[in-house]
Amino acid sequence: MNEVIVALAIGVLTASGTWLLLRPRTYQVVIGLSLLSYAVNLFIVAMGRLRVNAAPIVEAGRGVDPAALADPLPQALVLTAIVISFAMTSLLLVVLLAARGLTGTDHVDGQEDDA
Amino acid sequence: MTDATTLVALLLLPFAGSIVAALLPVNARNAEAWLAGGIALAAVFVVSFCFPSVASGNVLHSRASWLPQFELEFSLRMDGYAWLFAFLVTTIGFLVALYARYYMSPKDPVPRFFSFLLAFMGSMLGVVLSGNLIQIVFFWELTSLFSFLLIGYWHHSSAAREGARMALIVTSAGGLLLFVGMLLVGRIVGSYDLDAVLSSADRIRTSPLYLPALVLVVLGALTKSAQFPFHFWLPHAMAAPTPVSAYLHSAAMVKLGVFLLARLWPVLSGTDAWMWVVGTTGLATFVFGAYTAIFQYDLKGLLAYSTISHLGLITLLLGLNSPFATVAAIFHMINHATFKASLFMAAGVIDHESGTRDIRRLSGLVRAMPISATLAIVAAAAMAGVPLLNGFLSKEMFFAEALDVEGPSPLIDRALPYVATLAAMFSVAYSLRFIHGAFFGPDPQDLPRMPQEPPRWMRFPIELLVLACVLVGMFPAQTIGPFLDVAVRAVLGADTPSYSLAVWHGFNRPLLMSVLALAGGTLLYVLLRKRLAQASDRVPLVPDLDGRSLFDRVLVAISWRGARSLERLFGTARLKPQLRWLVTLSIAAASLPVWVSGLELDPIPPGRLDIVLALVWVIGLACAIGAAWQAKFHRLVALMLAGGAGLATCVTFVWFSAPDLALTQLLVEIVTTVLILLGLRWLPKRIPASFSWPDVRAALPRRTLDLVIALAAGGGLATLAYAVMTRPRPEAISEFFVTRAYPAGGGSNVVNVILVDFRGFDTLGEITVLGVTAIAVYALLRRFRPARESLEPPRQQREQDEKTYQDDMMVSLYIMRLVFPVIAVLAGYLLIRGHNLPGGGFVAGLTMAVAMILQYMAGGVRWAEARLALRPLRLIGVGLAIACATGAGAWWFAHPFLTSHTAHVVLPLLGELHLPSVFLFDLGVFCLVVGATALILIALSHQSIRTHRAPPS
Repeated sequence: MNEVIVALAIGVLTASGTWLLLRPRTYQVVIGLSLLSYAVNLFIVAMGRLRVNAAPIVEAGRGVDPAALADPLPQALVLTAIVISFAMTSLLLVVLLAARGLTGTDHVDGQEDDA
Repeated sequence: MTDATTLVALLLLPFAGSIVAALLPVNARNAEAWLAGGIALAAVFVVSFCFPSVASGNVLHSRASWLPQFELEFSLRMDGYAWLFAFLVTTIGFLVALYARYYMSPKDPVPRFFSFLLAFMGSMLGVVLSGNLIQIVFFWELTSLFSFLLIGYWHHSSAAREGARMALIVTSAGGLLLFVGMLLVGRIVGSYDLDAVLSSADRIRTSPLYLPALVLVVLGALTKSAQFPFHFWLPHAMAAPTPVSAYLHSAAMVKLGVFLLARLWPVLSGTDAWMWVVGTTGLATFVFGAYTAIFQYDLKGLLAYSTISHLGLITLLLGLNSPFATVAAIFHMINHATFKASLFMAAGVIDHESGTRDIRRLSGLVRAMPISATLAIVAAAAMAGVPLLNGFLSKEMFFAEALDVEGPSPLIDRALPYVATLAAMFSVAYSLRFIHGAFFGPDPQDLPRMPQEPPRWMRFPIELLVLACVLVGMFPAQTIGPFLDVAVRAVLGADTPSYSLAVWHGFNRPLLMSVLALAGGTLLYVLLRKRLAQASDRVPLVPDLDGRSLFDRVLVAISWRGARSLERLFGTARLKPQLRWLVTLSIAAASLPVWVSGLELDPIPPGRLDIVLALVWVIGLACAIGAAWQAKFHRLVALMLAGGAGLATCVTFVWFSAPDLALTQLLVEIVTTVLILLGLRWLPKRIPASFSWPDVRAALPRRTLDLVIALAAGGGLATLAYAVMTRPRPEAISEFFVTRAYPAGGGSNVVNVILVDFRGFDTLGEITVLGVTAIAVYALLRRFRPARESLEPPRQQREQDEKTYQDDMMVSLYIMRLVFPVIAVLAGYLLIRGHNLPGGGFVAGLTMAVAMILQYMAGGVRWAEARLALRPLRLIGVGLAIACATGAGAWWFAHPFLTSHTAHVVLPLLGELHLPSVFLFDLGVFCLVVGATALILIALSHQSIRTHRAPPS
């Protein structure tokens, strides 16, 4: 049942993020990207299947059963992805601030829609 | 020295010289000339040293493994023919270097000139000495590249830039065709080795691929040798400094085309196709070039068209399918190089001394510069084919060949002697124009400078070349005979005909043709004199076939209009359509496999439903949707709501056994929120416009489309995630990481071991990205210009001074200050335990950064910086250095980069201690993360205490 919850969470986060990504204001795009990155990180971790109480920490000196632990690989991938997404958010934010100053608008294209 | 080292040394010498030349100071004219001349002279000696061996019929070889998987060797090979060219290239290279010393002005940046010149010489040697086809093409393109740089040497002049670009485009396009042609030849033969190719003549000629290979190779050669209709780049290349023209456009670059045609003559010629393609092009170029040359009033332009014509003559000779004609072609290559190089240099002397190259303005220079004039007259006479000079000999051989050619078309055979005589007449006429126009007649009027003899050593190269013209012209058998013989034998082998290099062959038809040409040419010049004195280089009787305008039109069509229309059709500068396409295509790409092979969804598994988790996500999803709803007008609200969704994500990580992720997510959530809060201040307020139905209706289709895309993306990803999660986990590489983490990595936190040990190289890359991004943010903010309406301090800052702020925030301020050491210790703890328990460099670094931000929040930027000596840029550098040094340390123990090692140290009191080397690596990660995070946040927070200029309106 938990799979349904996580799948729903991924879906709604993705939809909200994508919606914001397609909006015309730069701030909306920044928030959209952060929602989207939650969704993608959850998705990648979910690829290792959901395990409760099975943190991938082995006990020294004992034999380990990989099947008994959560998959550590997607976690390792996502850990750096979280940090990098912070860096990208900050870069994007600064670019949008600079663009706002230089173009006089916070539209993603640097000019208001003609339509 | 062995053959191999000699050849390699010969090839490397100019390139090494080129590098040294580039490093000399800008005004080192003498040092540069000594260097270039010395290198060229040394190369001449090395080449000469090879002659005895080559003359006895040996072929020098040097082979080294290059790309063994493609059976390619780096092979150098010198036979008699390659020897002759190597000698020409190095000798004339030496003379040009000497000449350039005097020609180049002290204002010119000479290191660039001599560096390119030497590199060009090296590339030329590379082509002539290459022992395989691919290598020939490689050096061939190098010559195109360096000739581009040399022609465009005076890049402040648009003529030089245009000429250089045109030469590059034409010759390198030809080079590409040549490459394809060479690949075809290699495919036919089954090897790219030149020896193998030269010994499979029949196989090549009978192959079905022969014709395409022939056409492609010949096109490459014709573009390089400026043959009609690709000739137009050569006159424009005359914008180059004259020493460059003397070298590239007489002896070197343009000779490569005919060099290659002769090189492959034994295997490609002998068919009607060869004769049609090569012969007719040569004939057309020969006549057209000579005729056009008459009407050029620029000395160098005249010489350029004359070069085109002579190269046409050589091409024609090669195209006649007769070994004797090939002998004449090779002979004429040498002769043309000597007299044309000296003529270019003479034209350069005239230009240098009098300030103009315009024949209409020049006159009577023989009195001002008698010696140079005599030299130029002799060289021009050689060009015209006057007896007792070298040009006469090869021209006689050509006439003899023209008389008994037997080609596929009797009409052309019969016409050839007449056409040849006619073109020879044109040659005489333009040679006369060069001599008579420049040196005879009344004293020149208002020249830019008063002409006089050039410096002694500037004239020396011309003297030497003219001496060669005379000596070869008078005693051919004794002077050039042995060298020509070696070259011809290397090309023709057993087919070498018997030929005689005598000056006098008795009264025969070739001699009659020569006399006719001389008399007719003189008459033509006398008749045309009046007309030529007028100001036009328009060529009469020929339609205005300007290759340049055609070339320009093609170029404009392709690179301007073509690009524009492509951009109009497929491009947009607007972000929304781009993102829309990106998302839609991603959805399509993900749906394609599902659509092709179907997706079976299992029923909902019976496992238990965690009510708490469900509730967390009820809130989380409400937050996500709320953020999407509010992000336009209520930024702060949207930020909080997005943070709520982030927290739900964080809880999910804890729930499903990912403690490291949860920690990282939580901390990133904090710093991101602070970051955006800092940024919000610079985003002007957006006030919702009053609600109106027409606006909503206008936006409705757009929004509906976006909503559909968003729902499709969300629904698709949810379905995909569900489908994967309900399937059993397959055997994958994760098992390896889990079982090897402790035995091999020495840590029990598998995620951390993967990050710092198994996949350490990835992590190194990722922290580099992080550092680079932080520096980019920092750099962008250094010249930050906020929007005009954000310049004023916000209301809070105006109403609140230091005192009221302190009073209002007293309790929280003290708490924030007090927790600094606590958080710092926590960060250290997280760092140290990271290898075995959740934690590690990333988490610890973020924690430390949070501690610092708290101090900034508590005391303000100035307060914090007065107490906290923080150098984020230095931290980034130190972190990266530690990480790299840890990785490189493994080399010390002869292990690959980033191999880990665990030391076991027994300390008093503390007992046994595990000291894995990856701890140092993690320390590097820690430093970098602290530095990068702090740099980003501090750079942004500094904006609030800086005075800003408004952006340009």
